[in-house]
Amino acid sequence: MLEKRIIVCLDVRDGRTTKGIRFKGNVDIGDPVAMARTYYEGGVDELVFYDITASSERRSVMLDVVEEVARQIFVPFSVGGGIATLEQMRNVLLAGAEKVSVNSQAVRNPQIIDQGAAAFGNQCVVLGMDVQADDAMPSGYRVVIDGGRTPTERDALQWAHEATARGAGEIVLNSIDADGTTNGYDCRVTGIISRAVSVPVVASGGAGTPQHVAEVLSEGYADAALVASMVHYGTYSVADIKRHLQCVGIPVRLDGIP
Amino acid sequence: MRVGVVDYDAGNLRSVETALLALGAQIVISHLPDQLLKSDRLIFPGVGDAAAAMRVLKSRGLDRAIAQYVRSGRPVLGICLGSQIVLDSSEENDAVCLGLIAGSARRFAAADGLKIPHMGWNQVEPTASHYLFNGIPTGASFYFVHSYFPQPGDSAAVIAETDYGVRFASAVCRDNLSAVQFHPEKSGPYGLQLLRNFLEHAP
Repeated sequence: MLEKRIIVCLDVRDGRTTKGIRFKGNVDIGDPVAMARTYYEGGVDELVFYDITASSERRSVMLDVVEEVARQIFVPFSVGGGIATLEQMRNVLLAGAEKVSVNSQAVRNPQIIDQGAAAFGNQCVVLGMDVQADDAMPSGYRVVIDGGRTPTERDALQWAHEATARGAGEIVLNSIDADGTTNGYDCRVTGIISRAVSVPVVASGGAGTPQHVAEVLSEGYADAALVASMVHYGTYSVADIKRHLQCVGIPVRLDGIP
Repeated sequence: MRVGVVDYDAGNLRSVETALLALGAQIVISHLPDQLLKSDRLIFPGVGDAAAAMRVLKSRGLDRAIAQYVRSGRPVLGICLGSQIVLDSSEENDAVCLGLIAGSARRFAAADGLKIPHMGWNQVEPTASHYLFNGIPTGASFYFVHSYFPQPGDSAAVIAETDYGVRFASAVCRDNLSAVQFHPEKSGPYGLQLLRNFLEHAP
């Protein structure tokens, strides 16, 4: 039986891991490679690195991080953040990532999804979507880009359909309202999107307890859950989350977990 | 120990390379039959389209080289797409494949609640004793990303099964040729153990 994945997200700025609340006030919390190694040894199923480096000249720092992670961590990982061209996608994949995540640039130029899927396969192209509750939109959720700063005219559900039709092989769905609050995922929007598309949906934003993770994997129909704050600050370990999921009957990979 | 890795433009070979390097193997990634035929072990990894992969293999003479290598008796391991193109054919664009193991690759049927591709960690249950699974518990999880799966004509070719709506062959073998549908190079410590078993097996 396919297991639900627990994915740890690391926001990387200039080669260091940071964490903010609702995309703001980021603080330094460590070396991404060392953190990735610790999570790998602790039984994480997958890792996501978001490059939030401000200046484009520092992009090579991120590729160094990706190469180092690839040498030490033998679970899948994806990289996102500011990726706008096929060349940037190729660089990230050649540095050792399994998948690349496109977000704002895919909204501006949706063809990057078609091009990436054609060049590297659908399984390599992840659509990152930041959404905000908005009653003016048909699905009740609006797509917001540029790290939560720029609202678009796109409806979340319509964009999920379009992006998967273009070849996105997975969706990481982040609720801006919930991000970093540790008050729980937005199970409603996760369910709306996950039940409508044929590709896996990763829930993101708001995890504070193992119960929140269980909720989004069951009531939110998510295929995987992304966690950050709750594990970065040592409140819970990946093992704590997985043991809870096992307790409530959600299938997870327990290999290597005490 | 020199491991030849077949380069046929099928996806990213980097993760296979780094996993083998971490296990201390010497790697030769090549699209040249002569280079590959000289190696002590042969791996053909890959993601992507079966028909496209076969076209590239044929254009480089790699289809004959792989068959020749298999006949030599040295251990061969296929990964992911590599577990499908060892069969006679694939439903993916009606590809005619290498024909090293009787059977065909089938597509998962879209069923209620089942997303395709089958992506993520799933349990692998060996159905026969095989050196690849030495030291790996029954039901250990491995990482999968695929829409097609191998269906050998002879059930004796199946060495492990996995359940995704349907029970399918997640590992197959014939003599010195074995192939896994999952990605051992991305399957944590047990994945590395499987690759180590492949490297250390003395035929």
